[in-house]
Amino acid sequence: MKVLATAPSNEAPAIGQAIGRVEDLRLLRGKGRYIDDISLPGQLHAAIFRSSLPHGVIRSLDTEAARKLPGVHAVITAADLGRTVPTIPVRLFPLPEYQPFLQPVIAHDKVRYVGEPIAMVVAESPAVAEDALELIRADIDMLAPVVSLEDSRRDQSLLVETSGSNKGHYFEIGKGDVDAAFATAPYTRRERMYVHRHTGVTMELRGSLAEWDAERGHMTVWGASKVPFANRRILAGMLELQEESVDMIEGDAGGSYGVKGEFFPEDFLVPFAARLLGRPVKWSEDRREHLLAISHARDIEADLEIACGNDGRVLGIRGEIWANIGAYMRTSVVIAPRNSGQFISGPYKVENVGIHVAMQLSNKSPCGTYRGPGRYEADFFRERLFHLAAKDLGIDMVEFRRRNLVPESEMPYPMPGTAPQNNPTALDSGAYELVMDRCLSDAGWNEKLKLQGKLIDGRYHGVAATCFIEGGAAGPRESSRIVIERDGRASVYVGSSGVGQGAETILGQIAADALDVPYDQVQLFLGSTTYVKEGWGSYHSRSTVMGGSAILLTAEEIKRKLRAAAAMRFNCAPEEVEVSRGRLIASDGRSLAFADVSDQGITAEETFANHRHTYAYGTHVAHVAVDPGTGHVAVVDYVTVEDAGRIINPLTLHGQSIGAIVQGLGGTLLEHLVYDENGQMLSASFADYLMPLATDYPNIRSTAIGLRPSPFNPLGAKGAGEGGTIPVGGVIANAVANALSSLGVEPLELPLTPPRVWRMIQAAKRKPREG
Amino acid sequence: MALQFTLNGKTVEFGGEARTTLADCLRHHLGQTGTHVGCEHGVCGACTVIVDGEAVRSCLMLAVQAEGSQVTTVEGLSEGEDLSPLQAAFRKHHALQCGFCTPGILTTAHALLTHEPDADEERIRHVLSGNICRCTGYLPIIEAILDARAAYADGRRGKPA
Repeated sequence: MKVLATAPSNEAPAIGQAIGRVEDLRLLRGKGRYIDDISLPGQLHAAIFRSSLPHGVIRSLDTEAARKLPGVHAVITAADLGRTVPTIPVRLFPLPEYQPFLQPVIAHDKVRYVGEPIAMVVAESPAVAEDALELIRADIDMLAPVVSLEDSRRDQSLLVETSGSNKGHYFEIGKGDVDAAFATAPYTRRERMYVHRHTGVTMELRGSLAEWDAERGHMTVWGASKVPFANRRILAGMLELQEESVDMIEGDAGGSYGVKGEFFPEDFLVPFAARLLGRPVKWSEDRREHLLAISHARDIEADLEIACGNDGRVLGIRGEIWANIGAYMRTSVVIAPRNSGQFISGPYKVENVGIHVAMQLSNKSPCGTYRGPGRYEADFFRERLFHLAAKDLGIDMVEFRRRNLVPESEMPYPMPGTAPQNNPTALDSGAYELVMDRCLSDAGWNEKLKLQGKLIDGRYHGVAATCFIEGGAAGPRESSRIVIERDGRASVYVGSSGVGQGAETILGQIAADALDVPYDQVQLFLGSTTYVKEGWGSYHSRSTVMGGSAILLTAEEIKRKLRAAAAMRFNCAPEEVEVSRGRLIASDGRSLAFADVSDQGITAEETFANHRHTYAYGTHVAHVAVDPGTGHVAVVDYVTVEDAGRIINPLTLHGQSIGAIVQGLGGTLLEHLVYDENGQMLSASFADYLMPLATDYPNIRSTAIGLRPSPFNPLGAKGAGEGGTIPVGGVIANAVANALSSLGVEPLELPLTPPRVWRMIQAAKRKPREG
Repeated sequence: MALQFTLNGKTVEFGGEARTTLADCLRHHLGQTGTHVGCEHGVCGACTVIVDGEAVRSCLMLAVQAEGSQVTTVEGLSEGEDLSPLQAAFRKHHALQCGFCTPGILTTAHALLTHEPDADEERIRHVLSGNICRCTGYLPIIEAILDARAAYADGRRGKPA
């Protein structure tokens, strides 16, 4: 479905229009303000000396030569930080038990991953700072690296010796009575599966610019993104400042995908240096550092068992999941491991679930959230199990899913519970089967089935269909502040962050309708901590629902004040004043523009609170062709339908879908953060970490529809930034299995790169076929 | 050391270190931050600028190599606040999200359509395969460039209509 941008029609509601993005006007002309575009007079430049070893004890650090290099102002190490080195707290769902595994902002006793900061040079220019890095010598006694999950579970080499184990913590995922379900189940099957390490990899690199105002005792940090308010809280705590003494300023952000914008060590080191030296300090990451030290994701193994009735109804899923979370428990560490268990049931009715999820430490870069965290993994595990179960039971793959989709009559349908921290959530609304049928129809499913498993022109064709949910609108709250300016225009400040998703445009549409003004009368200001008292930011596909709902509340208060101000002028009751298209109209027909009353200081700030999540959902159909000679998987056709509830902007929603699908295809077929057995990363450049290119996946047909609004928020909208990625691993793997069914190939590990697929084909050819 | 080249129609001078890349010269010495740096080893294409009519990686070129050249960056593709037909097509097709890779994609496409205004989809995909975009999945980018061809074919050479 192709969607083209339109100029906003001032007659119609702004919501629902495919309005061309306001962000585009500056970004297309090279006028964006990304972090590295910002400079301050007198600024110094930082560069980070990082560990080249994955695991070791720091014996000594020689920074003398670096300090003496002309142009170097400081070399900061743990010794400069005082008695204790601050650790980065877990932002989402923290527990006291995580404390031993938190990351110090700079390594002081041990190093635990290649890329971990050991020292920071601050110099006159970036080039001098980088020159100085070459002069630093670290004497590190290497310890046995813990790389794989197998290494981690063995507990022979420990990341944190005092803990006695590499198991950071765990979740129990539960629903019903899973063992009872299995005891009487006529069919069970158990498989071990693995989703490899890959991550968001934003095109903009990370960076920071900090300025300390010693007279006012005030810190200003540019480059904030995703969660500026949470990062302010963390930074203020580390610097022993009041939160009000720290401003985090958001500019344009070159992507997030969940990764960029969390609190990293440099987010402390740069402001710390600015305060220490009394000069603005700027740091810009390079691509190698990014791939080494950005939050990684996935890297999750499962040993899961499914139980079904003979009719294909799923009776239960149980087993174990291990997440390789890397060297430390960082801000959003728990989300993917927990979700990989909690979302095992996805859009399906599964009444009995029992999964133990272990968060295992290793000497790899620490993990965080990446688009569809845990859900991508859960979808791969579940849809692979469903595929095998359907095949064993002789049930058509679509029919198997049809029998198990949650019927609309059972909404809201509770998801499995989680412990020790419960994250209660329920599927909110949806016509799951209807949307699946729409997708099958769009794909031309019956025609495609004729190609199933066929060898055509040297390639095996396979098709598969899987269903998914995503999950959005995380609480607890979001704030907005609206000011009616003297010219009558509305300035709308929101705690949500713009990370490239078009939030200015989308939230502007919501604000225009809520205030009942033409679209060009609102201007959005996002993210910075100077805009609202308390904000939460953009993650868990939350900014449209949470930021938008906050705007609704604030606009109501603004309109109340506007009516009251107009009523004074009209000498009537406020209830007799109507707000319409930017004017205040009395019952006798007299009217005023917003500008006529704005000198009275019309302003309001409100906070929307909500804990109930939204679940956009849909179906993906993949048609692949596998070359048995090379193992290459070509995506011949890829068709999706997603219901996102009430659609605010069809243009940006469609863009999210397509972009997320291609990221999912990259993660399934190309991208891999590879470590060797010594804990060295082998894919720390764009020549080694392969991402989708313009020539790779031209055949994608994606449709976003607004079928079933969410009953859980006043907009009826559903978070929809991640759904495109979530099902890709599962549906592609199933399509490959169908393509190679004559050989009996069943992919249980990702990525499906040519070498892996080729090896599976060779192994299958050597093995005599069973039954 | 001082050198001169023409940047977006104006003569500019640079007197920095010989090791300065053209990208750093444009961004940090001449204040033209529209050109972005994404990998510094010529893979991602974010830093693409047009030098004497050819799309080149400004991260792989030293500033001194630009002496006497005509350099066009994203800032030079349009005048004032108007969008060029190519830029307008990008907006119409939602061919950018975070916008970080966009300047390099615009310069690459502008150089291509200037030389080959009738480039077909396959040719466009092939040329664009040297630019990494993480947000859009490329489909809308290809559609936007196809849509912009008319403006190059009829002699407007991608200048604002």
